[in-house]
Amino acid sequence: MGLLEIKNVGKRFGGLKALDNVNLSVAENTVHAIIGPNGAGKSTLLNCLIGKLIPDTGSVMFDGQSVLGRKPHEINQMGISRVFQTPEIFGDLTVFENVMIPIFAKRDGAFALHALRRVLSDRDIVERTEMMLADVNMLDKRDAHAASLSRGDKRRLEMAMCLSQQPKLLLLDEPTAGMARADTNNTIDLLKEIKHKRDITMCIIEHDMHVVFSLAERITVLAQGTPLVEDSPDNIKGHPKVREAYLGEAQV
Amino acid sequence: MLGLNKKDTTILIVVAVLTMAAPFILNPFPTNSSLAQFNAGYPDLMQRFVIYGIFAIGFNILFGLTGYLSFGHAAFLGIGSYSAVWMFKLLSFNVIPAIALSIVVAGLFSVVIGYISLRRSGIYFSILTLAFAQMSFNLAYSVLSNPKFNLTNGETGLQVYGSDPQYLKGSGPDVTHIFGLEMRATETLKLGGWSFDFNVGYYLCALILLVSFYISVRIFRSPFGMMLRAVKSNQQRMNYTGLNSRPYTLAAFVISGMYAGLAGGLLAAMDPLAGAERMQWTASGEVVLMTILGGAGTLIGPVLGAGFIKYFENIFSKINDNVLHTWFAALPDGMEDFLITIVHPFVGKGWHLTLGLMFMAVVIFLPGGLVQGGQKIGRLFRRRGANAPGPEGEAARKQPAE
Repeated sequence: MGLLEIKNVGKRFGGLKALDNVNLSVAENTVHAIIGPNGAGKSTLLNCLIGKLIPDTGSVMFDGQSVLGRKPHEINQMGISRVFQTPEIFGDLTVFENVMIPIFAKRDGAFALHALRRVLSDRDIVERTEMMLADVNMLDKRDAHAASLSRGDKRRLEMAMCLSQQPKLLLLDEPTAGMARADTNNTIDLLKEIKHKRDITMCIIEHDMHVVFSLAERITVLAQGTPLVEDSPDNIKGHPKVREAYLGEAQV
Repeated sequence: MLGLNKKDTTILIVVAVLTMAAPFILNPFPTNSSLAQFNAGYPDLMQRFVIYGIFAIGFNILFGLTGYLSFGHAAFLGIGSYSAVWMFKLLSFNVIPAIALSIVVAGLFSVVIGYISLRRSGIYFSILTLAFAQMSFNLAYSVLSNPKFNLTNGETGLQVYGSDPQYLKGSGPDVTHIFGLEMRATETLKLGGWSFDFNVGYYLCALILLVSFYISVRIFRSPFGMMLRAVKSNQQRMNYTGLNSRPYTLAAFVISGMYAGLAGGLLAAMDPLAGAERMQWTASGEVVLMTILGGAGTLIGPVLGAGFIKYFENIFSKINDNVLHTWFAALPDGMEDFLITIVHPFVGKGWHLTLGLMFMAVVIFLPGGLVQGGQKIGRLFRRRGANAPGPEGEAARKQPAE
């Protein structure tokens, strides 16, 4: 029984079958990559996991509980955090506040009326925020407005926000899209380090095969809304069906 | 001090000095001079400055922090006034129970209106609040005022009559008071050609404004305030971060509704009369203007905006053609008439035109309101200092924009 169990999930948008009978199991403490050509349904699948979309059929179980029908904030409180394809951060707030908010959310729950407490007098939260920022090498930018960061820094910030909650499952939607090769390698190192430091399960959607093969322990190939194969990276590389559907074009 | 950092303490002290010394500050011209026209240090006008300041401070907690633009906050102002007058009718002219009830009743109404309106955001939220406010206005104006059940006294407005029970009145005064101290009591200080009025009602309102302002500063700097800014910045991220934005926005809505109720209660405490026109949409629009003009999302902006608009409303509207004639009397006749023709539409009944033009100028050139204007001027001075080497110049260069 995996940490995340997706069974017979289907989703239609009008006449388009975005997901068709998807079965997927993500084992605890693994890095599971989902790859597939554009329009294969990867993002739709992720949206079904965080409550943004509700699948038409099937079930999604996380840690023994169903996530279907729950609100996004409830799903996050269960232990699922997501990094988006375009970084979703609090642009008007400082880097420091951006990381504090998820830590507050983790500690105090979905709503807490601390209207007369001072933000910075909460030593516990401040220390955890500083540690997290140090982990991603962003302490020097703590007072910058998040909107003024470079794209790469925004991604790192978003990752820090998700990791600060110590989620059981981290969903990453193309974490290196639009990054230069050096930044991509930094991100890979960062993710490897995180994986090494704590028990975390990751589910990555990625186009960059370099990233996928450096990180993933298990790969699922999605094509036209259905899983084609699921196997270890070594077997995926040589799989004829996968070459035909996807890798062949990418010349890996 | 008081759990505030240095900068916020300074702002609080500035507001305290401004409100406490207002009778002096607002009466800079000798009583008999031709500029006495511009004096604003009259008790009832000063009371309105601070009461609308409280209204705007509360509105800013909702609009400035969460970005939810309510177009119906005057409903809470009106509800506060009606509650206060009912307290006068039933208990006595003591303002304390009246103000307390106005806050509570406005809070209850805002829970209901907020719960429904906050299901939508953006323009739909604004329209929902507007609809609620107009319904409240019409209820107060006609529906809730019939011989069988007269809650609001319709067009005439709710007021206290000699036949009202006033169970706790005893031998208390016949005007609004706080434990015997009458709201209208005024001490006048004559100093050379100047005269300054110190009014009990004004100082009560000013003290309440200071407390309200202090609470709003604390809210701005609290984790709750940070979450409200997160709502404005990226609600989607907030939800995917495990926070439920709905109760946060509702709490902000109720707090600002209670501030509006407090302001309404104070209006009635200064003058025990509540009319339905206080709830009309123009009154809701006014507080939006005040907040934006002063600087939405800033601490002191709403107070400045409220003072500014109330000043214009009361001073510019009093400048009629006669006054203009005395101003330009020294000029040759043709020129005098010409100038008066030009100035005429902008003063007197045309003060709205001046206000509108000013509002446009502020929104276009200073989207951060008057506060941003002040910061720009401040930075201009500091930049001169910044050219000098040393730590002071360094600090000036680093000064971040609000």
